[in-house]
This record gives sequence, structure tokens and C-alpha cells, in this order.
Amino acid sequence: MSDAQSSSDRIPINLRTEALEQLLVERGLVDPQVMDTFIKTYEKDVGPLNGAQVVAKAWTDPEFKQRLLDDGTGAIAELGFKGPQGEHLVVVENSSAVHNVVVCTLCSCYPWPLLGLPPAWYKDPAYRSRVVREPRTVLNEMGLELPKDTEITVWDSSSEVRFFVLPQRPSGTEKFSEGELAALVTRDAMVGVAQVNA
Amino acid sequence: MTTTIDFDIDGPAAPPRSNGELVFEEPWQSRAFGLVMSLHESGAFTWEEFRAELISAIAAWEEQETPSEEYSYYQCWVTALEQVTVHNELVTTDDLAGRARDLALRPAGHDHDHDHDHDHDHDH
Repeated sequence: MSDAQSSSDRIPINLRTEALEQLLVERGLVDPQVMDTFIKTYEKDVGPLNGAQVVAKAWTDPEFKQRLLDDGTGAIAELGFKGPQGEHLVVVENSSAVHNVVVCTLCSCYPWPLLGLPPAWYKDPAYRSRVVREPRTVLNEMGLELPKDTEITVWDSSSEVRFFVLPQRPSGTEKFSEGELAALVTRDAMVGVAQVNA
Repeated sequence: MTTTIDFDIDGPAAPPRSNGELVFEEPWQSRAFGLVMSLHESGAFTWEEFRAELISAIAAWEEQETPSEEYSYYQCWVTALEQVTVHNELVTTDDLAGRARDLALRPAGHDHDHDHDHDHDHDH
């Protein structure tokens, strides 16, 4: 165990955090206004709707979809979505033959610019370890039953790469506008633990 | 490494969409998040440095044979932040522990937000 950890283990976590903030602000290393802007941005503005817009555009614009699959980071930057954890974005496409699901076994990496901050279950040790070993069972438990002949591929974001799932466009949506399509796409579908339903 | 935050704050992405879940469960979690983002943006450390500490902190929690408390991602996050700020000599371990102890000694109710005279007698 490291020094900083052992000496602060018994101090409540909120006080450890407050101590850090006070010292860093006093030393001019952190500007409280910049900090508040980051917090507000991630609390209120950056969320799965960004990803849903990317998916809807990919469903309606084949050239964009090709760029998205070839260079995820570049294609989402076209739409103005970029920032920490959006670098080296790789988009994996679901089909009736292959279903993709994303995890980060080491540290809960997640494509923030497209999905916001990750939900509790994504960070949970149980999801992180089990989805790699028994993806079909974990997906069943989360309410997703896939046909037996659909292959499941688990993408572990444990390198520099963040993965993002392009779900299958549901049937019956041929006449939907891009906006109507975006409204169907959920966060869980873009992590690969759900499908998009019309 | 990209450090620009260029989100479309007023555009169609404006409504919060986190599937009904709170982004942060407690205020200290959002403070810890904001600290890392601010320090990273100002170049105090690289994302990779922070991420390596976060991986170590999570692994340390998972390697405990009998975890003393429920897993907390943001608790690991704070540990990682302590490590990366100490390693980069922004603060020392003693600074942090000393300040946290001072904070713990504050009288109860110190963080009440209303502006009243603390010297008056409470008649209850």
C-alpha cells in the first residue's frame, strides 16, 4: 500500500477530498470556477443523447457510418463531440450474427463525450469481471436474450481505446427522421447490454 | 492529448440524459471529479498518469481478501488523485493528512449554509 493511502485510510473520504480541494485552490493550482464548470457540464450537458445522435446519423447516412467505423474519433469530432476519454474511439457494429458488449475491466474507462459518465453497474466489480467470463448470462440477467447463434464479442477498454457499440436499427423505422431515431437509442444499447426497440 | 472540452452546451444535446441515475451520488464525488478534470486540463498531470493510479487503487481494493467496505469507484478515484498530486509534488502526504485532521475538528454544523450569528444563545 502506498504512503498517501496508508496515512489517510481512516480519514473519511469527504474530508480527504475537501483537504485536497482546499490545498490545491490555496496554491493556485485549481481554479474553483473552472472546476465548477466541469462538474456542471458532466452533470447536466454531456450524456447519452450525444451518442444517440451519432447512432441516428450512422443509420441514415451510409458515408458517415463508414467514416465512423473507419475512424471513430474523427467522425464524432465532425459532430462536435470530443474531450477526455473520447480519444481513440473505436466503434463496433452489431448485426444479427455478432453482438458487441463493452467493459473496462481495469478502471471503468468509458466514452464520456458520447455517453457522459458511466452508470453504477458499469463500474461495479461484478459486471467488470463477469461479463468477460460469462457474457451471455450477464446479458440475460440484464434483460437481453440473444438468439443462440448470435456470437457475443466482449470489448475490454483496457488499452488506450474506448469502445462504442453501434446498435442494429430496429425494423419498422424506415420512415423515421434522424431525430426520431435518436430518441429510440438508449445508453445501455450503446454499451451493448440492450438492443434498440422501435 | 486532447484537452479541449467543446461540447454543445446549448444545442440539442442539452437535456440531461442519464437514464434516471444521478451522475454523482454525493457532493464529494463531484468535487473529486472536478479536481481531476481541472488539474488535467491545466497540465498538472497526464491522463495516463492518473489512469495508472486509478487502476492501482481499484486493484488494491479488489485484492483485499475481506473488503472492509462496499466498493466505491470514487473512493478509488480520490486515492488515485492523492497519489498523482503527491508524486507531482503539488502537495505532500503530510499536508493532506494535516488538513483533513483540521477539517475533522470543526464543530458539528460548521457547514450550515445560513448566515447567522454563531455567538447568540440558542434557547432550545
